[in-house]
Amino acid sequence: MSPVSATSPLSTGKAPGKATGKPTRKATGKPPGTAVGPEPAERDVPAPGPVRQPDPVPDPGPVSVQKDPEAAEGPEAATGRLAPGAAARFAGAAVSLLYRGFTRSVAVTALLAVWEAAPRLGLVDATFLPPFSEVALAWWELALDGQLADNTAASLTRSLSGFGLAVLAAVPLGLLIGWYRPLAELLNPLLEVFRNTAALALLPVFVLLLGIGETSKISIVFYACAWPILLNTISAVRTVDPTLLRLARSMDLSAPRLFQKVILPASVPTVFTGIRLAGAVSILVLVAAEMIGAKAGLGYLINASQYNFAIPQMYAGIVTISVIGVVFNGLLVALERRLTSWRLPPTH
Amino acid sequence: MTEDTTRPAKILFEGVRKDFPVRDAALARRRGRRGLRRPLAGTGRPPVPRAHPAAGFTALDGVDLAIPAGEFTVVVGPSGCGKSTLLDLLAGLTRPTGGRILLDGRPVTGPGLDRGIVFQQYALLPWRTAQGNVEFGLEAIGVPRRERADRARAYLDLVGLTGFEDRHPHELSGGMRQRVAIARSLAYDPDVLLMDEPFAALDAQTRESLQDELLRIWRRTGKTILFITHGIEEAVYLGQRVAVMTSRPGRIKRVVPIGLGEQRATADDLRSSPEFARYRHEIWSLLHDEVSRAQQEEKEGVAV
Repeated sequence: MSPVSATSPLSTGKAPGKATGKPTRKATGKPPGTAVGPEPAERDVPAPGPVRQPDPVPDPGPVSVQKDPEAAEGPEAATGRLAPGAAARFAGAAVSLLYRGFTRSVAVTALLAVWEAAPRLGLVDATFLPPFSEVALAWWELALDGQLADNTAASLTRSLSGFGLAVLAAVPLGLLIGWYRPLAELLNPLLEVFRNTAALALLPVFVLLLGIGETSKISIVFYACAWPILLNTISAVRTVDPTLLRLARSMDLSAPRLFQKVILPASVPTVFTGIRLAGAVSILVLVAAEMIGAKAGLGYLINASQYNFAIPQMYAGIVTISVIGVVFNGLLVALERRLTSWRLPPTH
Repeated sequence: MTEDTTRPAKILFEGVRKDFPVRDAALARRRGRRGLRRPLAGTGRPPVPRAHPAAGFTALDGVDLAIPAGEFTVVVGPSGCGKSTLLDLLAGLTRPTGGRILLDGRPVTGPGLDRGIVFQQYALLPWRTAQGNVEFGLEAIGVPRRERADRARAYLDLVGLTGFEDRHPHELSGGMRQRVAIARSLAYDPDVLLMDEPFAALDAQTRESLQDELLRIWRRTGKTILFITHGIEEAVYLGQRVAVMTSRPGRIKRVVPIGLGEQRATADDLRSSPEFARYRHEIWSLLHDEVSRAQQEEKEGVAV
């Protein structure tokens, strides 16, 4: 992440609040345009001097990014400065970065503009949908008096614990189930039942059994996250390219070796799809859980604000959640790209 | 059939028969859709030809073939004649229903690293570089790390891929990928190289250059090569002997020795020489009957 986020100062001017998601896409989005094509020579005469692929990640060298703890949360993220000497070197890149930043942020900017304009023009009732500037102000106040940080911390702790535990439990379990077919056949009906039961429908059960404390919230997040990871891992193991299995078999590879050298690496992309789904689910389910019985958390903040008719604060909470969701997804995408860089840029 | 008595047989097929029983085949197909078991245990190919979906069938029946050490043998046959089954049997990926397969006088009981396979679909590990893919086989036989890297580089050099060690498969052309696969199979130094239509997915120019390359590698390494193809020209161009198979059930119809030895070295365009054309025509005639018979059978199968 760190060499990648070095490019963020160039784009944040145009795209506030998307500091983490964008630059990574930018960095990895580069190769298709500039990289050497996969088929440099149909005649298949290998050139003596290999054509090197340009490094997709710009040299982070002179750029320094301030690591501000607040920056990760707020839309007004990542502040950085550019060393004067580097400016010329980045000039060409900067233009394209700005352009990309513009195309990526134009829709969000338009949404915010409509949000700002509609209440002011009287198109919607400003009491129920205050202009964006008021929401931003309310957000800033919440940030200053520490409420936002407290609630965000409470939410993130729950959602990350549940999510992390789900990854730790569901990936090995999925590998096991995917590998041992009898086990899969035995468990399949059960998996189908649980998969098709909405996690939130079980929330009352969790509250009943585990109370309204942290345990039940982390448990429901864990439960909801486990399914996408588990099911994707099972399918990952089962859909490993049969040719590779045939190759491994022809080499007389032992089962543990086969697992370690073929099945595991081949499964990574599909497993990660599940992990990314779970990331989204973790926030979704948590907010709902916090709306039911909680004394802290962003779901609580949203709900309580609504009860107290603090409408701008309510929207501030909602915006915070969507930003967290975007950032979390961006981080997982970046990690996925790093781990599966061997894949074709457009998937197959 | 045409036993070569002057040299001892490296590979010997004796009355080999392979049936795919009905129930197992159906089960295997269902398993293949659901899980791992079939591709692992089987051949990676649908065991029952589409024309006879309900019937069990005999893929090979009474296959006799002796291959002396160091020979380049090509097996050519109409599609669905069981030539890939033949190769799977020798690779130890499937067991014969009848007869026996001897390698160096010992029956083949399972897969092993004394036989290297080159697949049509390359079967490269996409997350590994060219170098890593070649090292894959070396890891299997427990070569120490340092030596692995050296040997992988040497074999990549042999197939003309120096400078491409760090490329991932998706950064290589089809021909280069197959070169990596060939290097991988050679690197762990098997006695026998089994090639299952390795150049079928390549364009004509790449195929021709790889054929020359393969002949060069074969002369340099002296491996025994069993090469499966459905291309007649490819068979004549590559093989010292060409075994023509009958259509279902597969059997060796005739083994044609290709006497292009001295011309290979001198002729500029071997493929347009009259001798080449004669061999090509001979094999074409042998195959032609089989192809029409196979088509006839397929029609009847559909009609019934």
